[in-house]
Amino acid sequence: MHNSVIDIEHLNLFYGKQHILKDINISIPAKRITVILGPSGCGKTTLLRSLNRLTELDASVKMSGKILLNGQDLLSSKEDVTTIRKKMGLLAQRPYPLPMSIYNNVAYGLRISGRRKKKFLNNRVEYYLRQTNLWEEVKDRLREPAATLSIGQQQRLCLARGLAVDPQIILADEPTSALDPHSSRMIEEKFAELKNNYTIVLVTHILRQARNIADHVIFMYMGQVVEQADARDFFENPQEQRTKAYLQGQFY
Amino acid sequence: MRKILKIEERFYRVLMFLSTTFIGTALFVILFSILRTGLPHLSWEMLSEIPHGGYYFGKSGGIFNAIVGSVYLSLGSSLIAFLVGLPIAMFINIHLIRHTKFVAVIRFLLDLLWGVPSIVYGAFGFTIMVFFGMRTSLMAGIITVSLFILPIIVRAMDEVLRNVPKGLLESAKSLGSTNSEIAYVVYFKQCLPGIITAWLLAFGRAIGDAASILFTTGYTDYVPHALNEPAATLPLAIFFQLSSPIPEVRERAYAASAILIFIVLTVSVVSRILSCKYNKNKINF
Amino acid sequence: MNWLKIFYNRKLRNKIHHSWMWISLGIVFVLPMSLFIGLMWKSAILLNQQSVFDLLFSSEWKPMAGKFGYLTFIVSSVWVTMIALLIAGPVCLLTAIHLTQYAKSWVLKIMAPVIDILAGLPSVIFGVWGILFVIPLLANHIGPFFGKSVSGYSILAGAIVLSIMIIPFILNILIEIFQTVPKELSEASLALGATRWQTIKFVLLKKSSAGIVSAFGLGMSRAFGETIAVLMVVGNVVHLPSGVFQPGYPLPSLIANNYGEMLSIPMYDSALMFSALLLFVIVLIFNAISRLIILRSSH
Repeated sequence: MHNSVIDIEHLNLFYGKQHILKDINISIPAKRITVILGPSGCGKTTLLRSLNRLTELDASVKMSGKILLNGQDLLSSKEDVTTIRKKMGLLAQRPYPLPMSIYNNVAYGLRISGRRKKKFLNNRVEYYLRQTNLWEEVKDRLREPAATLSIGQQQRLCLARGLAVDPQIILADEPTSALDPHSSRMIEEKFAELKNNYTIVLVTHILRQARNIADHVIFMYMGQVVEQADARDFFENPQEQRTKAYLQGQFY
Repeated sequence: MRKILKIEERFYRVLMFLSTTFIGTALFVILFSILRTGLPHLSWEMLSEIPHGGYYFGKSGGIFNAIVGSVYLSLGSSLIAFLVGLPIAMFINIHLIRHTKFVAVIRFLLDLLWGVPSIVYGAFGFTIMVFFGMRTSLMAGIITVSLFILPIIVRAMDEVLRNVPKGLLESAKSLGSTNSEIAYVVYFKQCLPGIITAWLLAFGRAIGDAASILFTTGYTDYVPHALNEPAATLPLAIFFQLSSPIPEVRERAYAASAILIFIVLTVSVVSRILSCKYNKNKINF
Repeated sequence: MNWLKIFYNRKLRNKIHHSWMWISLGIVFVLPMSLFIGLMWKSAILLNQQSVFDLLFSSEWKPMAGKFGYLTFIVSSVWVTMIALLIAGPVCLLTAIHLTQYAKSWVLKIMAPVIDILAGLPSVIFGVWGILFVIPLLANHIGPFFGKSVSGYSILAGAIVLSIMIIPFILNILIEIFQTVPKELSEASLALGATRWQTIKFVLLKKSSAGIVSAFGLGMSRAFGETIAVLMVVGNVVHLPSGVFQPGYPLPSLIANNYGEMLSIPMYDSALMFSALLLFVIVLIFNAISRLIILRSSH
């Protein structure tokens, strides 16, 4: 067992009167790809979003339990929520480039935390665009609005933007669902590289994708964690009846 | 750095809170100051009598003529606007649903017309009147006001019909309905409360507007019995009486304002209740 | 001909419905043209005698002598409109941000009907309120505060009344614009460690900047054409205003105030219709630009 970065203990989440997450207990290993798998509507996205407390934005959401990041509880933390969020980069289902230039999209996270030196910014922007294989494609049009990029490029830009604030963890919520197969492949390959330096949590309902890149799998169903195991164990030797049924394609 | 940000956010949040409160307070102050001055002078006589001799020098009488005139005018014009507006809204959302460019042009045109000041409609109505040799009359007022509220009622109904899911249109078509059946059976039933709300909105606009009828409806102390007679209206009754040098007459203007506020508030409350009900009973897809 | 038959004949009914629809739609297309032509037809008499340039940039208004210079009225209109926008703009922007980004649900529950009612109040009611509240406030408190003795009937009074009138109008457009900004966009910014306020400044406001400008444009043209409420408090004196405490005489008031005598003085009716035409054209241009910006930015 690898040492874990995030440990979740007895996490419950209510949306109004609906019980969305039911007594979640999981741990997420460091510098591996953890895939949260499950049929749509099982609460996997909500679980992901509660990690960086984006769920708080909705006033009707109530949470209880503990989310420990390196042993420190995020939910009761006195620390500024922006500092917590900065430790985790988020990649959404569709790319949402900020309404500014390609350059400024990457520099945004650095600027808002007070880094304004031109040279430093140039340097970092290039570095992260190279990291996401985007530099060669966009180096001549850095000042153009990010919306002019193709959707696959936009998603990689969003990844570069997230990496630029130097997070410890990357949260990805079905990041390839809006992309063409080629761009999807690129993102998947990138993840496989990035796991040497980052902990990656990926939400997906695509079994193939989970099989391809997962090191660790958490299977959720109806707001509960059914099974969590190493990828090989999970796919080859599932313990739970519901996991077996899901892997055989009996429900989606 | 963080600290400055916090202070900045705090500062703007205070400003935001103040702005929101300002708007709420403004409404309260408007209603309060008018009702406080107007209600004490409100009497049954005001509501039920037409102006008697010497009314405009402070003698007895009421503004029954203006109330009736306003109701006639708004009913008539909102009915015409409804009869012309509903087919347009249906047209945009059922028949023309594939021609998105054309629909965009129509919506743009309607939005432009919505923005035209009512005094311009009034002036236009007046030129038309002169052109056809008509006198100031209830009819001329109704036509002018219905032109003025037409874009309002169409856009309001359009917003309602627009939210009907496309699947409903497709399934009705696949059952073999003609377009007119879809319009007046399916869409009309599905959206009835919303359509009524749109009509109420137009009615409220019609009863409150003064600039468009200034030239066209005329003013009289009697209750109109025919469409070609001039008619008094509430907004103009308020406007004229308020410019009087005699305090008693001005006081009646305040009372008349209270009546107008009451009518407009009732319309607004009814449409709010309707739209709440509507959201409850609507079939969700 | 049996009328019931028409009712039961589906095809025929469809046909009647169709032609009725086309006629109705025709009205929408004909109306703006006929508004323009009708007003043009009436103002042509004046335009034949004086050039548009002379009319717009002269301030000599002597109807009896046949001299019609609109500068006074245009300047008054611009003053009143600008000050109204200056008051209403920031208030609307701040409130719209508050209501869409921060407000708890009970605030929304109160503010929704408040905005609705404010939008639905007739303009004559705003005028009455101006006379009852704004005028005394200016005459007894604000005027003396600036060391001036004023009657209250002034450009400023018109602007204050007007600003309250256009607040619900601008506010509704702004709220709609802010709501179309995808939530995920704000979340992307928050996930990068931005604070709520930074996200509003750098993402929300930036994304909707075009919409905000056009909302103000629409509010401005609404203010420009408002008649009765302004007329009741603005003072209506024909002279070039030189300060906000002075009375003004905006274009719509000119039309509304003089309709009674317009047929008794030669050319007067033509002059008034020309001011209606002026109003129509100015408002139409402002509206068209603002609407086009909104349409462009929503793509």
